[in-house]
Amino acid sequence: MHFDLADQYHPRSSFLHRLDPRVKVVIVIAFILAAGLMPVAAWGGFLGLWLLALVASLASGLGVTFALRRSYVALPFVLVAIPLLFTVPGQPLFTMPILGWTASVEGTQRFLTLLLRAWIAIQAAILLTAVTPFPDILWALRSLRLPRLLVATIGFMFRYLFVLADETTNMLRARSARSARGAGSRRPSIVWQARVAGNMVGSLFLRALERSERVHAAMLARGYSGEIPALARRAMSRSDWLAAAAAVLILTGLTAWAHTG
Amino acid sequence: MLASPVHMHIPDGFLTPAVAALGWALAIVMIVVALRQTRRQLDDRMVPMMGVLAAFIFAAQAINFPVAAGTSGHLIGAALAAIVLGPWAAMLIMTSVLAVQGLLFQDGGLLVMGWNILNMGVIAGFSGYFAYRLARRWAGESRVGVLAASFAAGWISVVLAAVACAIELAASGTSPLALAVAAMGSVHALIGLGEGAITAAAIGLLLATRPELLKLDRPAPGLRTATLVLIGLGAALLVAAFSPLASPSPDGLEAVARRQGFLGMEQAAPFHVLPGYTVPFIAHPALTTVIAVMIGTLVVFGGAVVVGRLAARRGAASS
Repeated sequence: MHFDLADQYHPRSSFLHRLDPRVKVVIVIAFILAAGLMPVAAWGGFLGLWLLALVASLASGLGVTFALRRSYVALPFVLVAIPLLFTVPGQPLFTMPILGWTASVEGTQRFLTLLLRAWIAIQAAILLTAVTPFPDILWALRSLRLPRLLVATIGFMFRYLFVLADETTNMLRARSARSARGAGSRRPSIVWQARVAGNMVGSLFLRALERSERVHAAMLARGYSGEIPALARRAMSRSDWLAAAAAVLILTGLTAWAHTG
Repeated sequence: MLASPVHMHIPDGFLTPAVAALGWALAIVMIVVALRQTRRQLDDRMVPMMGVLAAFIFAAQAINFPVAAGTSGHLIGAALAAIVLGPWAAMLIMTSVLAVQGLLFQDGGLLVMGWNILNMGVIAGFSGYFAYRLARRWAGESRVGVLAASFAAGWISVVLAAVACAIELAASGTSPLALAVAAMGSVHALIGLGEGAITAAAIGLLLATRPELLKLDRPAPGLRTATLVLIGLGAALLVAAFSPLASPSPDGLEAVARRQGFLGMEQAAPFHVLPGYTVPFIAHPALTTVIAVMIGTLVVFGGAVVVGRLAARRGAASS
């Protein structure tokens, strides 16, 4: 297993990059909500949402297909919805050979709707991460009243993510290096392999625990008193307000239209 | 791309906004309690310690071992964290892990993150913690007893979290209840073996090198509240699962049940649990699978106790 923890942020100087992080977080949440509220088989509504995602992708300066290229991430989960094809009652569409299950038109519509909801929602989340540095997202969450200490903890985790990922990569490489197997020799038992993996987890835990103690001591030495100070980063500009208002209006309009039409 | 190998992160779109909102409301309450309890436990060490250990869990989820046919054993880590640090700290750690996975790697949705936190942070952590403590109390103090208790904790945490996940999907009309519970439960009954094995081995290493980390006389703070919360959450999930109100659309589970009922009579179906031929009452197979999960949990738990007892007796006989 390889860690490719290259930061998901893609620095550019586009309109979306300059937008206030709070506005971006709110728009993305509204967008995902709109996708979740799209009625079954509202293909026009989904098309509208997807066009919005494409426009945003274009406005990010990362290329129209940027979000699209990574949007497959959630798709394996679609497996859990496949039974809907056969369990939702309605007009028969096709019958599976051998198994003899009959899929209904309504079931297929429900299934495709779920697929689209997930696929369109994730594109917005991908774009958010690509145009906003992670510390800015956390700052936005903090300003949107998420518990202060939780946000501080997540920020700390982000800071040490790459350190521990490197340490894990080293351990995994060391395991491969000492795990040569001669031709014809027997595969080691699963229990033995699980114990090796478990011991790695255990020693990684000890290293992390000791690291956290060192970090804490270093923080105390620098005057840490249990409070993580956060700098006020920026104020909302007029274009921030305009973008937020426009996005909310468009999303509300689209959702309302999909429900009536 | 680093995709977590743990396939229990619900993406956005798979839960209805109402179900998702309920999850966030419950998760926020739990997070606030967890912050207060952990702050009491760790004081100003909390933020750096929880942050670094959350990074540890994230990284440790990539440590795997091949099992067979391209599958691999790996860790979610909630039970391990809960055994060593207590359930509240474990919940905070898992919340941070899920937040970074969702926000940074799109592993798990944002609107549905509340339920992901409840499944892998609250249900997995607390069930693992209680399973470990109870099994250790009844299995005795031998090394084998500790390892067996850790194994049971790891397995139970994964299976219960998976079943909860299935119930949430069913309550959103994403998957038929009986099938979702059976599928998620059985797949994770296997995945749980890997979780249990790695948890036990990791605890074994700690026991050999830093036994003071596993002091048993130190109960986690706020345990009574925690017990009530867990019972409440379990009851809520069961009600959600078996109430016809859970179905968001009028043509949902109930109608399916009614329709499949008479279909099922015409066809001598060998596929009894399979979707096209579901049995007359939808609640019936679901109830059966839920009961199967409960029995499985008791068997694993009882097995850990028995193994620990036997080891303790043998240890006493040989000394």
